Parts: sequence; structure tokens; C-alpha cells
Amino acid sequence: MKTSDMKKMTYRDALRLGITEEMHRDENVIFMGEDIGLYGGAFGVSAGLLEEFGEDRILDTPIAEAAMVGTAVGAATTGLRPICEIMFMDFITLGMDALVNQAAKMRYMFGGQSQVPMVLRLPAGSGIGAAAQHSQSLEAWLCHVPGLKVVTPSTPAQAKGLIKAAIRDNNPVCFIEHKLLYDKVGLVPLDEDYLVEIGTTVVERPGKDVTIVAYGTTLAKAIEAADFLEEEGIKVEILNPVTLYPMDMKPIIESVIKTGCLIVAHEASKTGGLGGEIVARVVESEAFDYLNAPIIRLGGLDVPIPFNQELEASVVPQRNDFVHGVYRLLNRE
Amino acid sequence: MIELSEELLLRMYYKINQARFFEAKLDELVAKGKVHGAIHLSMGQEATGVMSCLALEEGDLVSLSHRGHAQAIGFGLDVNLMMAECLGKATGYCKGKGGSMHIADVENGNLGANGVVGGGFSLSCGAALTQKYQKTGKVVLCFAGDGATNGGNFHESLNLASVWKLPVVFLIENNQYGMSTPIEKHMNIENISDRSEAYNMPGLTIDGNDFLDVYNTVTKALRYARAGKGPVLIEAKTYRYNGHSQSDNQLYRDKQEVREWQKKDPVQKMKEYLREHRIFTEKQIQKMEDEAKASIDQALEFANASPEPQLNAVLEDVYAGGVN
Repeated sequence: MKTSDMKKMTYRDALRLGITEEMHRDENVIFMGEDIGLYGGAFGVSAGLLEEFGEDRILDTPIAEAAMVGTAVGAATTGLRPICEIMFMDFITLGMDALVNQAAKMRYMFGGQSQVPMVLRLPAGSGIGAAAQHSQSLEAWLCHVPGLKVVTPSTPAQAKGLIKAAIRDNNPVCFIEHKLLYDKVGLVPLDEDYLVEIGTTVVERPGKDVTIVAYGTTLAKAIEAADFLEEEGIKVEILNPVTLYPMDMKPIIESVIKTGCLIVAHEASKTGGLGGEIVARVVESEAFDYLNAPIIRLGGLDVPIPFNQELEASVVPQRNDFVHGVYRLLNRE
Repeated sequence: MIELSEELLLRMYYKINQARFFEAKLDELVAKGKVHGAIHLSMGQEATGVMSCLALEEGDLVSLSHRGHAQAIGFGLDVNLMMAECLGKATGYCKGKGGSMHIADVENGNLGANGVVGGGFSLSCGAALTQKYQKTGKVVLCFAGDGATNGGNFHESLNLASVWKLPVVFLIENNQYGMSTPIEKHMNIENISDRSEAYNMPGLTIDGNDFLDVYNTVTKALRYARAGKGPVLIEAKTYRYNGHSQSDNQLYRDKQEVREWQKKDPVQKMKEYLREHRIFTEKQIQKMEDEAKASIDQALEFANASPEPQLNAVLEDVYAGGVN
């Protein structure tokens, strides 16, 4: 792609661009959430959309997630394609029945009669001092429910391509956005047909010595670590599963076969986290025979996210955790 | 008073009998161990489900409760496919994957029975939002039981429906018990319809065993919602004769209470009305009952003769294919 077909913008603006294009493309796409109208959404993603699309399509809801998600599900099964913003991912707890018992199950339990094309946008993760009830990374819960798709873009370009693919998908898609990414700037394709296909894992950085699988802001820390290690001649290969479910394991398995070393990382609590699933799939595969060292799982501590900035940072994997992990795998410590 | 044609009365009487015979048959199959899983019968409260659905216009939508057989029959579902679904057969509405609790006919506007108490309220709001947004002129009729009105989904959804003036009619079948818990132990109000006041929408309490009361009230409510005036809450007071499901040994009520309500049986009440008003001859009435019964016997034959789902169906229909 030529850079002239790209524009530098934030992750937030890229999301808005993707949503705007899809709302122009299909008038059945509507957008609902708390304070997404004039206020522009808690993280500014929907700023200006009310003026552009009007209040029939940009719907401010009461602070009532059960009704909001259920309404999105009901609208989706009857012909609309709602995007639903949950202000903080933590609040999906209040809308879980509609998501887990209704949206995820309907097609199957009705014998294929219905489809639920909706996108649930979920700002997640720690790092903004929002403490325990506004900072969680609950993606493993969602990946555990057959019938849902779960995606998480880590760059502005991915944000645009993936939100468009999610809106066009005929299933309920949980779209996780790490809050620290909203201000991140990157080149974004302006092509209205640019999509990041659901079900792909992206090789963010080719390498040969150690494989790191990471997403969200943890990915950025892995990249920082890789930059640092490169100066020492260590080439880390970084893979980003932008679709957490159904995850494309092939590039991960191929990478492990090449490097023989694996670090899997996420911000979510380690116990029951998605890292365990990725590791299990690697050791179940032919890559097992190529492993040179025990796999390392970097995850959030098994504690709620604390308020104090230093405590908060200490809960989730940082750059040096990756560096030390790589050293350990390569017996350099 | 809404004028009822003979043709409509005929349909009403046929369907209320169909509902009764359908569930009597299911009850028998359960007793014989020929049906597995949860079966929630609505015998005693059929007038509500059947007559309210008969008040709908072509293209209107419904969301059924977990006790939804009479509602489904009223809406016009094929009893053959319903029975096949209850027996888990491949020919059932859900190809045998839903069972009694999830009977749906989405293409025709039956958004499905819901196994989660109160799960249908918000879904109905969404379906109603689609009607409003696409200006279809159609209304959503949402069924639930008395117990469901204590949950947050009820209150959140009524509030949302009212604020957004959605074309939805919430119909609560108050059968006096939330599973085993009598209503006076799970809410501290006399009439559930009073809850409408909190959301500034019309609320009506009706005799759910009176076919005319149900039909007339729902007709008016649908008209109101269709006119864009917003949602309506209706409480139909009624009673279920059977336990909550087959596992219920009914320690919470005495037989006398059941007998008292049986004196107000909705099927009998309708029959008496037809006789009183000499609308049909005894012979015609008998013929309708016989035909309704025969349709259920035939449904069971159809279901019994139907194949079980193929094992590979277990992996089908988790996700929808294609993209928009």
C-alpha cells in the first residue's frame, strides 16, 4: 500500500473512521451506548457522530447495560446491525445474560434460524488509574463462550480494519479496545474496503530466536523489549492474535517450530487467562517437539487492579519482564 | 367492544383446544418417560397465550416465555414441528437442538421462547426498535411470567421502551407462583400492572382466563403501540394446573386451590360463551374439539416418525457464515 493512500491518525480516530464508513455503507448499522451522543463517548470514539447520523442512529441509552445489550441483540436478530458501546469492559458483567445466554446461543438453539450481527465495543485494561472496577481485561470469559467472536486490535490500522470486519460479520463480535491505545498514532489505510479479516494472527515483527505472543498494550511492551534485545543481537519474533477467538494458531505454531522458545503474555490475570489456552494448543501441536525450554507465561498478577500508579503498573507485565523472560529462555541470565 | 367474526371465534376455539390437547399429550409423554428435559406446561392459562396472539396483525412479532406452548400455537406455529421439537427430532423447529423451552420460528416473527426468566424483555425492545427504525408499522408482543417482573431486566426494559416510545406490548401471565413461591412472597403489590406507573405507560390488569378480555385488551394495546404512542403493560391473572415442571411435587399449594381455579377454566369458559350466545351448534363445537385433538394425535405421529438429528449436526449453526 502506498503511503499516499494512508493517513496518520490516532487509534480513536481510526475506530471512528471505520464506524463512519460502515454507517454510510449500510443504513441498518446503528450505534448505541451510554453518553455516545453529544458527549461523544467516555473515550471520545463517537465524537461528532450524532451530528453526522442523527439521533435515530446514534442512540444514547439509559445507564442500564442489561437492557442495552439485550436491545442490541433483539435489534440484531430482526434486521439491524447494532454497534453497542459498553463504557468500560467491566460493565459487561451487567449485560452478560443478553450476551452469553441470548446472543451467543440463539443461532444454535434455534437450529440455525437466526443470526445476531452485532458488535460490542469494550474498552478494557489498566493504566489510567481507574482502579479495580474500571480496569479489567475479561477477554478469557468471552472466549469461553461458543457463539461469540472476540477480537482486539493493537494499532490504528488494525482498529479501522477490524471494526469494519466486525460490523460486517453476521455474528456477535466482542471488540476489545485497550484504553491506553486510544491516543496511539499510526498510518491508517483510507481505502473503504480495507478490512482486517476476523480469524487472523499478525506477525508484528519477524525474528528467529524467541517467539512472543502478545496483544493490547502488552504488545507494545513486547516490542520495546524486542528493540532493546535487538541491540544485543537477539531477534525476537512477535505475533499478535488480533482475533482472540477463533484464534489463528498456525502462525504461532510455525513460529515456535522456528524459534523453539515461547513467551505468551497478556495483561489479564494469569490464572484462567488466555495464555494458558495458547500454551496448551502449542504443546498439543507438532511444535512441542521443537521446544528448547519451558514456555513462559506472563500475565497479570491474580489481584484486582489497584489505584496507586506504581502498584497498578506492578500488576501487569512490563518491558523488563519480557527481557528477563527472553534471557531465561536463552540461558543468558 | 370489538366485533368478533364467526371465523375468528372458530379459530380461537380451535386453537385454545389445540393448546390444551397439545400439553395434555406432552404431560402424558412426560409421565411415560418419553420426553426428556424440562417441559413447562401452561394448562389453565391458555386463553392468555392463544387469544393475545390472535389479536396480532400479519408481520407482528412475539417473544415467548419458557411456558410458551399456548403462545406459540396462538401465533400459528405448526403443531407437528412443535411436537417434533419437544421430542428432539431433526424435523422440529430448531432441528431438535432447542426443545420445548426454545421453540422459535424466526422467519415468521416468533423470536423464540426464552429459557431465562425475563430474558425476552430487552430482546423485545430491540425487535421493537427495528420496527420503529424501519417504520414497518409492526408491534412486538412480549410474554413473561409474574416472577420475571421482579428482575432488573423487566425494569430496565420497560424504562427503555417508554423513553424510546417503542412499539411493544408486555404481557405478563400472572399465574400466582414464581415456580413454587407464591406471589405475595415475591412482590408486595396487588397488581403487577401498577408497575407501569413508574415508567409512565398504560398498565392494565385483566382476567387471563377470559378469552374476550384478553383479546379485546391486547387488541387495544397493540393499536396504541402501533400508533407510535409507546409501550403498554398488561397483567393477565390466571393459573397453571400443573407443577412448574415435571420435577415439581407441588408442596406449596393444596388441591382445593387448584380445583377452585379449574372452575374458572379458560377452555370451559369459552365453550360456555359459545353455547350461551348460540354462535355454533353443539355439533360444530364438538367437531372443532375433535379436529383439535386429531391434529395433536397427528403431530405425535409425525414426531414419532421423524428422524433423530444426525450426530454431525452437533457442530452446525454455532456461527453464521458469510459477511454483510
